[in-house]
Amino acid sequence: MTFKSYFNQYTNAAPLAVFRMLFGLMMCYGMIRFWYHGWIDTLYIQPKFNFTYFGFEWVKPLGNYTYLLFIICALSAIFVAIGLKYRLAIITFFLSFTYIELMDKTTYLNHYYFISLMAFLMIFLPANAQLSIDNLIRKRSYQNIPKWTIDAVKLLLGIVYFYAGLAKLNSDWLLQAMPLKIWLPSKYDLPLIGDTLMHQTWFQYAMSWSGMLYDLAIPFLLLYKPTRRFAFLLVVIFHVFTRVLFPIGMFPFVMIASTLIFFEAGFHKKIIRLIKDVFQNLKPSTLIATQSNYKYTFKKPLVAFIGLFFVFQLAFPFRYLLYPGELFWTEEGYRFSWRVMLMEKMGISTFKIVDAKTGNFFYVDNKDFLTPFQEKQMGSQPDFILEYAHYLGDHFTAQGHKNVQVFVESYVTLNGRLSAPYIDKTVDLYQEKESFKPKHWILPFNDDIKGL
Amino acid sequence: MFTLRKVFLALSVVMFFNACSSSSSDDNGTDGKDAYDRGELLLNLADNIIVPAFLDLNTKLKTLKTDKDNFIATPNQTNLETLRGSWLAAYKVWQSVEMFNIGKAESMLYGFQMNVYPTSVQEVETNIANGTYDLTHPNNNDAVGFPAVDYLLYGVAADEASIVAKYTDAKYQTYLSDVIDQMQNLTEIVLNDWTTSYRDAFVKETGNTGTSSVNKIVNDYNFYYESRLRAAKIAIPIGHFSNTPLPEKIEAFYNQEVSKILIQDALNAVQDFFNGKAYKGSSKGESFYSYLVYLERDDIATLINSRFNDARTRIDVVDANFYSQINTDNSKMTMIYDALQLAVVSLKSDMMAVFQVSLDEGYQDNDGD
Repeated sequence: MTFKSYFNQYTNAAPLAVFRMLFGLMMCYGMIRFWYHGWIDTLYIQPKFNFTYFGFEWVKPLGNYTYLLFIICALSAIFVAIGLKYRLAIITFFLSFTYIELMDKTTYLNHYYFISLMAFLMIFLPANAQLSIDNLIRKRSYQNIPKWTIDAVKLLLGIVYFYAGLAKLNSDWLLQAMPLKIWLPSKYDLPLIGDTLMHQTWFQYAMSWSGMLYDLAIPFLLLYKPTRRFAFLLVVIFHVFTRVLFPIGMFPFVMIASTLIFFEAGFHKKIIRLIKDVFQNLKPSTLIATQSNYKYTFKKPLVAFIGLFFVFQLAFPFRYLLYPGELFWTEEGYRFSWRVMLMEKMGISTFKIVDAKTGNFFYVDNKDFLTPFQEKQMGSQPDFILEYAHYLGDHFTAQGHKNVQVFVESYVTLNGRLSAPYIDKTVDLYQEKESFKPKHWILPFNDDIKGL
Repeated sequence: MFTLRKVFLALSVVMFFNACSSSSSDDNGTDGKDAYDRGELLLNLADNIIVPAFLDLNTKLKTLKTDKDNFIATPNQTNLETLRGSWLAAYKVWQSVEMFNIGKAESMLYGFQMNVYPTSVQEVETNIANGTYDLTHPNNNDAVGFPAVDYLLYGVAADEASIVAKYTDAKYQTYLSDVIDQMQNLTEIVLNDWTTSYRDAFVKETGNTGTSSVNKIVNDYNFYYESRLRAAKIAIPIGHFSNTPLPEKIEAFYNQEVSKILIQDALNAVQDFFNGKAYKGSSKGESFYSYLVYLERDDIATLINSRFNDARTRIDVVDANFYSQINTDNSKMTMIYDALQLAVVSLKSDMMAVFQVSLDEGYQDNDGD
């Protein structure tokens, strides 16, 4: 099979349609869940200050309009689910969801990044070819869609798993069973397994190693037909188990539902038939013409663009190689790289405001400016520390303080190592600028973590 | 490819059974160890430390009440001295109790009605002049408790004779009496709650949730150490959070001579609690210390004790009068602060990382980075 003939292959549209519907439903549920828990208020409206992403400093919560943003996001997710004005809906969803995620990096989670990427990819996929209201409006549905469109979704899922597996190939995870050695014993109150297994050393190692093997192997087990059912069973067990152990929100369900796309079209056709049976009474009188193949208008540039997208996805997680120092310690190139559940990191950072002329100084009570959750995240992440230092510098300058310098005394513990000094306390952070360059004011890590 | 597939399958089967062989291993496998008994921990904390401390405080406050009644009946220098003595005795015990802001103490904001300082002279004098007040009202938090009594016994007038003379005024008598009675009342309520019902509820809540006893007591402990001991007793008066020192914000400002004794008692209480040492006597039971040792983190447990000890050494060398120490040589106070702060790092960062106690209820989603 040549490169060209691959992109001319067609496959049944059902798996992508079912994926679209499940994706939309889960995203809508995710938004409602967020609202229900009161997190819009506690995470976006209450904080006096939000930690932004470099280059996206203009993305800020919108006061009470933030609720409107969530409504728009949830509604667009429903539109995606039912396939109504799909293209517009998925673009709206992508923009609103990504905006929400960019408002404060305190809440950064890999799976939110995954959802943003998936939504972005879906903008370019004919996910409304079947099982959509658009079919009714346009009186047209499609039997088949280009095979690469479904494969693109599989590839993105595969990258998430495989890279998460690669990230586990390090000495802390494999040789010290860290951080599971810390996390598992704290789950002592689980029924049955809580006080029998969680504190056992062998169990902690078994979990570390099987987690690594699972992540690396699962994309291939899902792709290969003879192992597919078994692989899906593993997916369910793995994610349900992690859901029981850790507070990881929606992620397990998103992954379980998403991996269904690896199944053959026949399976998805059954689902579609089931759904159509349920809504039988609502069947419109209009006839829908089923065309055989969905055809892209700008196929070549689009394929090239999606190709570039994936080249970027494959390369971007390795950007940490361009930085000196230990990745887990400096976190330069840590985010957006599918490094999930790899570190137990805690830090305490206290800020000192100095008048450069007189030498007078005082310390800041972080509680005056940050929520407990923000303070926790800020404590051990250099880019947070820098941004907060600037915020404090600006704040006290505006208050009338002169010649403001901002220093930090910071201690961080990583994967069970005793707390060590983290930031050079002689560096005036108010004069340091955020950039992609290595941060020279992070003190060196006095240990060695081997591996990727 | 064929062998690769078999390898994958075999590995998958192995990890499947690893992940799922749940209840089959209660035979304490080869390297098996027993689970840590958090019920034992809570039991020791409640029965040997918390309840005895509240009991003692209540006794001391009853003495304070009696001595106050005597003083009001016969306001003279001797009775004033006796009253001051029992105030200090109770204040010292209070240092062993303040960290237990849990149960009834938490729900009725006990701490806020016992030890908010600096006390507001204006509020106190207004209340006295008006003769009507609701001592439980949050606005009166800085007009009640030990700091208010400190003012009433030491600062209400310029010299000893005039202080005694103040208490020939019925309005001053009533206010002093009401404030002290209220302190004893509140303490008895908290104590009774512990002895009648809360103790049993407390020792049963062994889970790892935002509301379980282990989590709450760990969070309370850290909060107390950081905010009340480190910040209120040292950091704020030495000017850590302000441009200039604020020596008038020390604990027991009107007495002035006992701030050091109080923080020494507080630090001892914090360390004894950490080590599970009984309030009365020297027996030791399950504690944060032994829990850390169980989790194979003797290094953290030892480090925390040595940091407490360092802080104590630094406190020992300063003047008993913090007000004058801050005004003459604040650098020695800063050294106390630095030593206390290092223990905050060990407690909040190292110990919390190992205990994995959830910070608070609230935002829960997390994928570990």
